[in-house]
Amino acid sequence: MSVNIDSVRKDFPILGRSVNGKKLVYLDNAATSQKPKIVIDSITEYYTKYNSNVHRGVHTLSMEATEAYENARFKVAKLINAPEDCIIWTRNATESLNLVASSWGLNNISAEQNIIITNAEHHSNLVTWQQISKKTGCELRYIDISNGFEMSNLKNILDKNTALVSITHISNVLGYVTPISDIVSLIKKMNLDTKILVDAAQSVPHMPLDVNDLGIDFLAFSAHKMMGPTGIGVLYGKKELLLNMEPYMFGGDMIIEVSYEGAKWNELPYKFEAGTPNIAGGISTGVAVDYLLNIGMENIWKHEVDLTNYALEKFSQFKNFTVLGNNLNHPRGGVISFVHKSIHPHDIGTILDKQGIAIRTGHHCAMPLVRSYGTSAAARVSFYIYNTFNEVDLFFEAIKDVEDYFL
Amino acid sequence: MSMSRLSGVDDLNEMYESIILDHYRNPRNLKKLASPDLEKDVNNPFCGDELSIQLNIENDVVTDLSVSGNGCAISQSSGSLLAESVINLTKIQILELIVNVRKMMRGEDISEEIRDSLGDIEALEGVKKFPVRIKCALLGWTGLEDLIQD
Repeated sequence: MSVNIDSVRKDFPILGRSVNGKKLVYLDNAATSQKPKIVIDSITEYYTKYNSNVHRGVHTLSMEATEAYENARFKVAKLINAPEDCIIWTRNATESLNLVASSWGLNNISAEQNIIITNAEHHSNLVTWQQISKKTGCELRYIDISNGFEMSNLKNILDKNTALVSITHISNVLGYVTPISDIVSLIKKMNLDTKILVDAAQSVPHMPLDVNDLGIDFLAFSAHKMMGPTGIGVLYGKKELLLNMEPYMFGGDMIIEVSYEGAKWNELPYKFEAGTPNIAGGISTGVAVDYLLNIGMENIWKHEVDLTNYALEKFSQFKNFTVLGNNLNHPRGGVISFVHKSIHPHDIGTILDKQGIAIRTGHHCAMPLVRSYGTSAAARVSFYIYNTFNEVDLFFEAIKDVEDYFL
Repeated sequence: MSMSRLSGVDDLNEMYESIILDHYRNPRNLKKLASPDLEKDVNNPFCGDELSIQLNIENDVVTDLSVSGNGCAISQSSGSLLAESVINLTKIQILELIVNVRKMMRGEDISEEIRDSLGDIEALEGVKKFPVRIKCALLGWTGLEDLIQD
């Protein structure tokens, strides 16, 4: 089935606005996605029609809110083929990663063990494990994926003492897709006790993903990058692991019984969800999942890969621009970071903004990686299903203007 | 100015004034000093702008100064304008100048007299319409202030 992108675009009110007198061309989807009207409306609907707290009232509003909120969890579970009680709502992918680090990492990793991550991790999957390494004394090892993911690089540093491999599924800077399924096979051959965490912030919104098929232990992602609202994210964990983990935060909703002497923890997933949650956020995330599935994750992925290949081909015609992660044979998602020989990314970003084109500039929350390319900042375009080939053309016309202006 | 189809975009041209682009393309006083009395590297890690400031000082007067670095057109041209403006000024005169540059960048009213004293530095005024870029414009000035106050 092919998707009518023009009709998809009509679902997003923001795509109709102009910026600096030009029609908005939004190419900063790896930072956050835009939201379809039905997602925005579902937030208003919750606050207008059935706003109330979840999991505690016997009144109608509370029951309606609880049902909608839990139904959204069910939808997210289906999206990644996980059991419902293994889906924990968090604030974002960052909190999901921190939850695993604090609750599982601190209690299960010892000084003689090691953690493996890539050199391209987002700060949330890098600083987190640096801290666990400092606190537990374990070693933090890096796989260099600057030129793509090489299985032998993992093989060389994986051993019997590897407690965790925590790895990005799609790099938010390089766009490379890491071969999670093959990585899991290799790890399982080497050490059945090694746990595998996948940072799926850039993949779940864009491609089909099945945690059961992949056989991973944890998966983290954010709703706002998949057409949902900000302030809500997801942690998936294997049940036997979650059952044995201590709560991350304490308070209401995460207990089953409290006395002055102690407390008993609630069942999964509530054990990890202390306090009144982001109810509107959860409900509208469920609506976003419906919206994505209605288009079809395969269709979304295909369109974005086509846009990316088209853009990479065009980039090759600009001799002063370098794409970071220049292995064009590597599988990649809709993220392209680039630098100009002499023009700073901020100046590029300003010129593009004047033409209504939104791109990201800076270190992309991956400072050591960006620095390894001999620069402290890069520019980045990133696509979603509502982007068009015409928008890519507009981007490259504006890129020509950047050179005309500064050189 | 270029032949770009952007040349009609007024506020863009106000920020990237021809003086700014000239300083960006040909920065002044880049050459490192042989034996600086004071030196400091300043950077804005968020943007990746970096400037390295060196100066020689005699009886409270800056006798020589070098500014070099990497970064956007605004941070680098501002550094170059700075390098051109403060040689032979006293510490007190420099601190006063920095106060006035800040005032201009914040869009505060400044007298004609002060405006005249700014000279080419006035070309930076267009940056005030781009709030996220003000930090770039002030990077070198803030660094110099720290350096001579220490």
